[in-house]
Amino acid sequence: MLAAGERLRPYAALLAVIAAMLGWWLVEQADASRAASSVGVTQVASLDTGRSLYLQGCAACHGPSGEGSAYGPSLVGVGAAAADFQLRTGRMPLSAPGAPAVRQSPAYSEEQIEAIDAFVASLGPGPAIPNVVASNGDLARGRQLYLANCAACHGATGAGGTVGGGFVAPPLDRADSRTVGEATIVGPGPMPAFAFDQQQLDDLAAYVELLHHPPHPGGLPVAEVGPVAEGFLAGAVGIVTLLAVARWIGRGAR
Amino acid sequence: MCTAVADERASGAPGRAIDGGPVQEPRRPTELERIAIWFDRRTGFGRYAGTVLRKVFPDHWTFLLGEVALFCFVILLATGVFMTFFYTPDSRPTTYHGPYAPLDGTQVSAAFGSVMRLSFEVRAGLLMRQIHHWTALVFLGSIAVHLARVFFTGAFRRPRDINWVVGVGLLLLALAEGFTGYSLPDDLLSGTGLRIAYSAAISIPFIGPWLASLIFGGEFPTLDLISRLFVFHVMLFPGLLIAGIGTHLLFVFVQSHTQYKGGTRREDNVVGQPFWPGQVFRSVGLLFMTAAVISLIAGLIQINPIWLYGPFIPYAVSSPAQPDWYVGWLEGALRLGLPIEPTILGVTIPAPFIPGVVIPTILITGLLLWPFIEARLTHDRAEHHLLDWPWESPVRVATGAAAISLFLVFTLAGGNDVIGVFLNVPVESLTMVFRVLLVVLAVGTWVAIYWLASARRRRGEVERAVETAPGGIALRRTPDGGFQEVEGSPGGQPTQGGPPA
Repeated sequence: MLAAGERLRPYAALLAVIAAMLGWWLVEQADASRAASSVGVTQVASLDTGRSLYLQGCAACHGPSGEGSAYGPSLVGVGAAAADFQLRTGRMPLSAPGAPAVRQSPAYSEEQIEAIDAFVASLGPGPAIPNVVASNGDLARGRQLYLANCAACHGATGAGGTVGGGFVAPPLDRADSRTVGEATIVGPGPMPAFAFDQQQLDDLAAYVELLHHPPHPGGLPVAEVGPVAEGFLAGAVGIVTLLAVARWIGRGAR
Repeated sequence: MCTAVADERASGAPGRAIDGGPVQEPRRPTELERIAIWFDRRTGFGRYAGTVLRKVFPDHWTFLLGEVALFCFVILLATGVFMTFFYTPDSRPTTYHGPYAPLDGTQVSAAFGSVMRLSFEVRAGLLMRQIHHWTALVFLGSIAVHLARVFFTGAFRRPRDINWVVGVGLLLLALAEGFTGYSLPDDLLSGTGLRIAYSAAISIPFIGPWLASLIFGGEFPTLDLISRLFVFHVMLFPGLLIAGIGTHLLFVFVQSHTQYKGGTRREDNVVGQPFWPGQVFRSVGLLFMTAAVISLIAGLIQINPIWLYGPFIPYAVSSPAQPDWYVGWLEGALRLGLPIEPTILGVTIPAPFIPGVVIPTILITGLLLWPFIEARLTHDRAEHHLLDWPWESPVRVATGAAAISLFLVFTLAGGNDVIGVFLNVPVESLTMVFRVLLVVLAVGTWVAIYWLASARRRRGEVERAVETAPGGIALRRTPDGGFQEVEGSPGGQPTQGGPPA
């Protein structure tokens, strides 16, 4: 038999690690709640709040007055739509200059985003946030617009795709009407900006909304990337099963 | 010819008088026999039926793979006939009105509109479409595994080299059937495929533009194209396929079936089950199982949702855009093709010509002529009715494996955009990797498989020498020059040594 102390030593080490992780998590939580409460006090999305948030989170790359730097483009004249799209989809702020701008949960609260939007809009005249209402849109017109303008990169099913140069057109499964409209008129990243009117934006948003849950009358959709997945299934399920069937039927072979 | 070791009791052709033995009250023929006798008196078919029914089928599950392809073809014919009742082979524009709201009131071609109606308004129409499409994918797959079995066992050697040629012809027809069928819905995805086919056709120097114009009926996109594809898909190619399959099976019957080595099986016999009552039940079972497996897949998993792709518009394209899997290697060859356009004799050779026309032609010609190429390489022009194990011909198995590696890399390259997103790698880097991999993998596979097969063959030769020399021993020469008895050698009086390992 081992002494009790000897047996417990590994557990003590584990316990210390867990305690350290718990402590770190608590500190993180406290930071987050402090950040949240500071907005709660301000309430109103004022230019001043926007400016201070901008100086903390954006100015390092985009410059103190949005003039841009070696690490980020100028934000003069990009408008509230561009800022709102980037912040709302979590693409900005980047974790480090040069890191890929990918969709994630937003770093700022609703009020903070509005404040930064207002500040960026004040840097120079640019596109305002469009008021896109998908329920005002026409599905058939939206489908035509989507297939003619968007499907080449985002795919006919909205599953996303590659566009070359290392760029990827993201899937649209989480794109709501607001960000669809913003991305369309702004053209973030390698995406071109489109001169669509209000009705066209509504139509497009209606169709993108349909693509979140497209009709599947034929059964299970396969990854929504078309013949690549279908061919893989035909081989991995169809041919493999039929080989097993042939093996079974021909099992009398000697 | 070959003698059949088969159950001779199954030979009783209907209607034959029974003589000899104690004469009894003549047995009253059953209804089925009376029908058979009725036909026999008018056609004399009993003489042939007996031969056919006694035909011997060797036992091995790999001999059923071609039957899977045959049964897929039967399913394709049945579902295809159903769909022709509702399909309109017409490129002319109409306005779609139907239950699918996002297309309601949109201008589509009559062909696309009819496939929408088939999918959404005809009872079981979508199910038929999905069974047809999934079966087409499995059809080409079963042809591929059947072809691989025939290739790697050397079943194509004389006298079956002629049937190999017929079989490769059937493969090409099946590819053509698949591509034309994929294009008939006139949707955005398949229209992109037709544009690529047109571009490959016009890339042929000197004759390309005329040839493409002749086939497509003018400059792409043409109003004639859909109706022509329809005639190709439902009349010309199926007719040729039926004739080709008939020829293919006729050769199997006339030439007797190959069989694997071992047991009582020799070059001059066929050991197995007679067609009736042995093989026929297996085949019918396989038909039903093939239909069941495909119907299950087709009933549960959606394929080719043309309502999402929409009608073909010449100025639009969707992404990712791939053909069905069996054409993927051609797509991949085009994607890996180098962007060089040399000018020869005042004619610029367009970039798609080498990867899109020359390389596929070389590969298909190689496949078609392989029995004759191999005979020339090995100087083996004898008749073979016993199959090889794959390692028994290292050159063959190495070449086959290298060809499969080429096919795989080309096919993966055809989906490089999908793989790029999946692996989070830029598509350009992936293309460069595939270009290198294409050559390295083919050469590496050839060398590795040749080496492995040669080693296995040497081992097999020693084993055979030991088996066929009763009382003899097999010796292996050790690296330091000594001799060592091979394990498993029966021992006894050393008459003569086996071949050195």
